[in-house]
Amino acid sequence: MKLLRQLLFPFIAVLAAFAVGAILILIVGDSPLETYRLMFGSALSWPDGIGYTLFYATPLIFTGLAVLVAFRCGLLNIGAEGQLYVAAFAAAWVGITFAQRSGWILIPLCFIAAILAGGAWGAIPGVLKARFGSHEVINTIMLNFVAVALISYLTQYHYRIPGDPIMETAPIGAGAYIPRLGKFIPGLPERIPLNAAFLLALLCCLLVYLFLWRTKWGYELRATGSNASAAEYGGVSVRKQIVIAMTISGALAGMVGINEVLGYRHRYYDGFSDNYGFTGIAVALLGRNHPVGVLISAFLFAILQRGGIPVDAFTEHVTKDIVQILQGTIILFVAAEAFFGETFQRLGFFKGSKV
Amino acid sequence: MLELRNITKRFGDVLANDHVNIKVHEGTIHAIVGENGAGKSTAMRIAYGFYTADSGEILVDGQVRDIKSPHDAIALGIGMVHQHFMLVDTISVAENIVLGAEPGSSLALDLAAAATQIRHLSEEFKLAVNPHAIIEHLSVGQQQRVELLKALYRHARLLILDEPTAVLTPIEVEEFFAILRRMREQGKTVIIITHKLSEVLAISDEVTVMRDGKVVGHLKTADTNAAELARLMVGREVLLRVEKPEPHVGNTALQVRNLTVTGNDGGKRVDGVSFEVRRGEIVGIAGVEGNGQTELIEALAGLSDPTRVSGEIIFLGRDITRRGARLRREIGIAHIPEDRHRRGLLLEFTLAENSILGFHYRPPIVSYGDAFLDEEAIQKRANEIIHGFDVRPANPSLPARALSGGNQQKLIIGREFKVDPTLLLVSQPTRGVDIGAIEFIHRKLVGLRDAGCAVLLVSAELEEVTSLSDRLLVIHNGRIVGEVDPKVATVEEIGLLMTRGH
Repeated sequence: MKLLRQLLFPFIAVLAAFAVGAILILIVGDSPLETYRLMFGSALSWPDGIGYTLFYATPLIFTGLAVLVAFRCGLLNIGAEGQLYVAAFAAAWVGITFAQRSGWILIPLCFIAAILAGGAWGAIPGVLKARFGSHEVINTIMLNFVAVALISYLTQYHYRIPGDPIMETAPIGAGAYIPRLGKFIPGLPERIPLNAAFLLALLCCLLVYLFLWRTKWGYELRATGSNASAAEYGGVSVRKQIVIAMTISGALAGMVGINEVLGYRHRYYDGFSDNYGFTGIAVALLGRNHPVGVLISAFLFAILQRGGIPVDAFTEHVTKDIVQILQGTIILFVAAEAFFGETFQRLGFFKGSKV
Repeated sequence: MLELRNITKRFGDVLANDHVNIKVHEGTIHAIVGENGAGKSTAMRIAYGFYTADSGEILVDGQVRDIKSPHDAIALGIGMVHQHFMLVDTISVAENIVLGAEPGSSLALDLAAAATQIRHLSEEFKLAVNPHAIIEHLSVGQQQRVELLKALYRHARLLILDEPTAVLTPIEVEEFFAILRRMREQGKTVIIITHKLSEVLAISDEVTVMRDGKVVGHLKTADTNAAELARLMVGREVLLRVEKPEPHVGNTALQVRNLTVTGNDGGKRVDGVSFEVRRGEIVGIAGVEGNGQTELIEALAGLSDPTRVSGEIIFLGRDITRRGARLRREIGIAHIPEDRHRRGLLLEFTLAENSILGFHYRPPIVSYGDAFLDEEAIQKRANEIIHGFDVRPANPSLPARALSGGNQQKLIIGREFKVDPTLLLVSQPTRGVDIGAIEFIHRKLVGLRDAGCAVLLVSAELEEVTSLSDRLLVIHNGRIVGEVDPKVATVEEIGLLMTRGH
């Protein structure tokens, strides 16, 4: 019940965004109903729609969780994008370097590489903040540029197969492949890249929830985010929490690399991320910084992404830019909640407020 | 000039105002007293248009008026100063005052004209503030004057002041009362919401007493006294004086030697302080706020930057000067901080979650492999505190924010008492707490002392430190300037030490 009420505002925000989108679709001269029917119909069709939608949702779950964990500690991690690039490359590097090893060793090694690399890249701004008080927003943004440039350089000059015109590394060893879900689910063709990383993402939602709300470490992390002075009073080392939160955040973002490299392309492909790190911020925001919310909002964003393709192709005027417009409008409405919240309260929508 | 008739307002299940009738006469200072949650702020917010009443009517100058928003109230000459100031910290006094009512055309802001008008107002009411000063550079007392000027600038004839003295030092309170009296002389009407009886008696002409959303008394101040007001507010007889047996003093719990704490600017906040606190006694520290009390307590609790602390802090023979807050708590030092919102509570967290702050990593709160929180143990602890310390509403899953100040304070005190501390550091234990709870908290502190705990008490309420303490130290400019026997020392004596340091 409490959770439902938490999700009420995001839900209204989404509806409002679709209403705005409908007006725009009308203006350009198409039928909003038809457009939305195309969008949702294709995104939720079985098996291709659902398969791809869940595949698109996977990285967004990871980055949404990454932003959530940092946020619960009072930090804004804008650096998930850089963290996931570094992690994906690290996973690919291990997969290439130890290509001959069997899957039993190689897969865990690649997992660890992605998690450690992402975590380390996230830890840097954490340490800088804890040690010198420099702001994590600036540092994470800057480290995004460093990560992209560094990884592009390594790909271009050291790990590309000579003569390959595409900016990508050599393939990883076959032992490092993680299975596509089509292998286990009847009716889901194996050509759809939805893979075991999706299950990992679901598991991470559960783990993040348990960690934050059921362990003493999660308590300390959330206490720091809620009121650092009070946490300190309660014997919590705020600096330590900042480093821990940023490390976990980076590690979660890094798991995007598992989906991408081990589950999908089986190599590092430069520039693969469709702004997953930044969309993760929106996902966390819309999902109320709760794992369940993140799961739902990642799914919604994935629907938009997948559903935008037929909209582009089969409507007269509407292009897939509608997806960007909807995403942007959703965020605007969610961000406007502070304003709406007060209005609603004054109109008596919420009972039992403090006298 | 203002009359509320049969005002009723409901928030969900809570009846905040139940047929409230209040009549305020022009040119008077009218006090509205009541415990936290009695509905006094709600009634006044209705008068100011911040809330709309469910039923009842508001009369201004004898006419029924429809006040739907603060805008309407301002137009009728009603101004309100909230407990938490509504000022923009980074802009000047003049800019703050004109904000929302800017002079000049819509393109050119005529700040010079505003400044002149503000000067006139400050002279008329002797509200000395420099119109060009930036808000964040002003003291709290000065910021309050800006709030008053803001209302006067909008031609308020009636000023509603919500707990105006809560943030002021005793000296500022005196100055503030002088301002209010001057306003009354100039024909303004003032409504002051408070729960401090001494202030009601000192400043008001008439008093309305509220309890549980109802008006329970309307009196002329001259015809009443503190005991009567307290009884009306609480609904039963209240002991305004602390009763305590003779102390049974034990061995030394805390020894402080030559403790110095340096501030950010390099100045000494605490300057070579030495004293000791023995088990079974309450040692009070009296002083005007901002003379190093905060820094002293934070240093003792292990919350100061260790590089800024020198000297020795010895607890039960053990040097803990360099140890952190966590260890200090573990060995039996509890701390009731002066600012419960900043230090003492996680406002978004539930009462249950707040009840374990500082114990959250130890059994019995943590079980299952020293990692997971034991929900049952947390609920048990929360309920013990809630019932043992009469925290209301008694619902452990409410966020701490939903509680009144007094109940928040009781929660913190309950939590800290739960350790059976050997030493209790306690700052401003009853700030913003209503009378019933003050009595309760005082009794609990004395009870803890009698159980053999060493208590170090800091309070800005002189009456509180003198009545609770067995020994009283006076702090001035970061130094202990004297020790007096609170049983024999007069308020004047202590006051002189506090302000002059000798």
